[in-house]
Amino acid sequence: MFAYYFQLGLRSLRRNPMLTALMIMAIGFGVAASMTTYSVFRATSNNPIPQKSSVLFAPQIDNWGPEDNDKGEPPSAMTYTDAMALIRAHKAKRQTALYPIAISVVPDDANKLPVMENSYAVYGDAFTMFDIPFLYGGGWTSNEDDAHAAVAVISRALNEKLFNGANSVGRALNIDGHSYKITGVMDTWDPQPLFFDPVNTSGFDDPTQVFIPFTRAIDLNLLTAGNNNCNKSAGDGYEAWLHSECVWIEFWAELPDRAAADEYKQFLTGYAAEQQRSGRFRWAPNVRLSDVMTWMDVQKVVPPESKISLLVALGFLLICLVNTVGLLLAKFMRRSSEIGVRRALGAPRREIYAQFLMESATIGLVGGVLGLVLTGVGVLCIGLVFEPDIARLARLDVKLVLLTLMVAIGATVLAAFYPTWRAAQVQPAWQLKSN
Amino acid sequence: MIQQIKPILVALKRHKAGTVLIALQIALTLAIVCNALFIIEQRVNRLQRPTGVTESDLLAVQSRFVGATDADTPPLIRSDVLALRQVPGVADAYATNSFPLRGGGWSTGIKTDPDARKSITQTTQYFVDEHALATLGSKLVEGRNFNAGEVSVTDPKAMKTAPQILITKALGEKLFPKQSALGKVVYLGDDKSPATVIGVLDRLQVPWSGTWADNFQEYAVLQPYQLSGNFTVYLIRAKPGQLAAITKAVPETLFKVNHMRVITGKRGIRSFEKVRADAYRSDRGMAILMSVVCLVLLAITAAGIVGLTSFWVGQRRKQIGVRRALGATRGDILGYFMTENLLIGAVGVVIGAGLAIGMNLWLVSHFEMARLSLLYVLAGIVLLLILGQGAVLAPALRAARVSPVEATRSA
Repeated sequence: MFAYYFQLGLRSLRRNPMLTALMIMAIGFGVAASMTTYSVFRATSNNPIPQKSSVLFAPQIDNWGPEDNDKGEPPSAMTYTDAMALIRAHKAKRQTALYPIAISVVPDDANKLPVMENSYAVYGDAFTMFDIPFLYGGGWTSNEDDAHAAVAVISRALNEKLFNGANSVGRALNIDGHSYKITGVMDTWDPQPLFFDPVNTSGFDDPTQVFIPFTRAIDLNLLTAGNNNCNKSAGDGYEAWLHSECVWIEFWAELPDRAAADEYKQFLTGYAAEQQRSGRFRWAPNVRLSDVMTWMDVQKVVPPESKISLLVALGFLLICLVNTVGLLLAKFMRRSSEIGVRRALGAPRREIYAQFLMESATIGLVGGVLGLVLTGVGVLCIGLVFEPDIARLARLDVKLVLLTLMVAIGATVLAAFYPTWRAAQVQPAWQLKSN
Repeated sequence: MIQQIKPILVALKRHKAGTVLIALQIALTLAIVCNALFIIEQRVNRLQRPTGVTESDLLAVQSRFVGATDADTPPLIRSDVLALRQVPGVADAYATNSFPLRGGGWSTGIKTDPDARKSITQTTQYFVDEHALATLGSKLVEGRNFNAGEVSVTDPKAMKTAPQILITKALGEKLFPKQSALGKVVYLGDDKSPATVIGVLDRLQVPWSGTWADNFQEYAVLQPYQLSGNFTVYLIRAKPGQLAAITKAVPETLFKVNHMRVITGKRGIRSFEKVRADAYRSDRGMAILMSVVCLVLLAITAAGIVGLTSFWVGQRRKQIGVRRALGATRGDILGYFMTENLLIGAVGVVIGAGLAIGMNLWLVSHFEMARLSLLYVLAGIVLLLILGQGAVLAPALRAARVSPVEATRSA
């Protein structure tokens, strides 16, 4: 019976071509606008490390006080002083301080030009904490951290460029004229959003190519390639900067359960209280501890443009649906006499419902196909609105295709309930009499 | 027209659903169109902010030396700049830390009293030499430019404020309201070294286009310093029409001078046109997106009104025929449908105005947006009422053409 109603639906598409075209366009545009903006929202609000997002925590310590902090919130980054205190205390199962560094890799081949790569200085724990996959070798251990060793982990892409993809573990890497021993080659690792450093990247950047030990980067007096925020002058020279109140380090702690997280928060509060007693902080402890998704939220990783455009698009879809309700009503009520005849011939209301809902589902399907085409165009045009780092994440994949069709059909059927109910209320006697 | 209103209301009661749907659609459309127009206006205003730079024929290059210590870099930068000025087609060039709309740069507090705890405002700092103004095409309104003797090399990690600086007119007015800033002394950050303003620039924008820098968009300080360090930005002015040629020649020259360098990635070499496009991508994009949404939305709403009204006209052919037979003119029938639409539209826009303001308040509380100006709501109301009247015109004219003979036909 449904197949027959589907056929009837297809046939009726042609009956009021104007009305039908209007409806299909309304549904197509509404669905396409929503799906295009949703594809960006989905990419930006993605959980980049679902298996560990609830055990990785970013602590914040307010070292600026109520006068300089942002409406009572501690700075997003940490001072060297505080990061080192947390590292030394070692209260977490695993922990790392990290910051972006600007380094260039010099190929052995003198004819090739040096290349600048996205790089971070981290502790050896980071590789396990962030579930970084390895193609060859692995990360370095805490021994190398303590020894301030000249070791490095490189990406698969860089390994391809420098060593033609061969296993380069143990080989030397020339970074800014210094030699580093490669301990591991990562497999493709491109978490989106870039959860471990939304502060310096706004959450979206190309994959990291080189990691070197944090302790080594400090020895080399490397400045941060990201933000350095100071509430007062840092003083002269690198040492003075390290011991200033300037914030520029991100810190991550792995805390396996709720209890460990609570304990860590208490530890942070205790640390801040100690700093208050020693006179460094002239305010009560003000600390935060956020897991990955909370941190993404605090750092506003989803760009406001994404949220606003999604909201506007959903409003747009709602209007298209209201429009569709009206047009369906007109379309169905024009066929009052046909309904009257069917009812008089013994069709129960249930059948009328089935027929008209099926017919609207057909319209929804056609609208969905149009919507799919328009969504494809929309996804291609996302680069006009969003940064290339974000635009590259929006894709029309199988999930989005299915969702587009489902939303189109679902929304149209939803819109059809009232018109169908009205159609089913048609009194057969009345229709037969007046005709 | 007034006498028509009562029968219209009676008739509408018999078409509750359609009436409600049209009114609802008009209301929702108004809410979204008002807010979208407002977003467009705000974004377009941002796009139109002047940089104070002559933007045509200007090229920006970012370079990083490889394997050089900070102390090695000043002579390297010097030879780069001298070589760049010799490139055929180059009018002038200088090395700096940043430039308007670059996206990254230095910001510092500035004050007029060295012992004040709080600075008067944030300002950006550009470190330049005597060629900067000519390269940027920025004009002095008071005082003089730096001279070559005043420019010196300094280490950014151990820097004292220069004794002579240039500031923008906007910053001068903020620091010294209603006075000339020329010859006045200011202090940067916590540094207690005095800096005398020797010249006032007409205008120079900060490196940031984001909203957080909105309250110091035109506050800039220029210091006569060549910073040591691996990372340098070169700004290069091409002779008219030579931009394309030097875009190719500049990197070649730089690598010839010193090949141990990286010209960094996506932002390595950009014309100022590209700099501007990058800085305002999301603003321009939002404006385009909202315009498209507005247009499609208005089209769909108009189409919806046409569709439902046509249906009503079709349903009422007989009644229209009766009215015509009883002496109603075509004008009366046309007026009837126009008035009917106006009544529904009026209800819709009243609800819509409330929705528009509500939606804006919600956006204000969640997205740091400005309050919606009531002018936009008014403009939206007028727009939608005209749209409604325009949409209803075709079906109403068709209704007016219904012949009185229809009254005699059985339905």
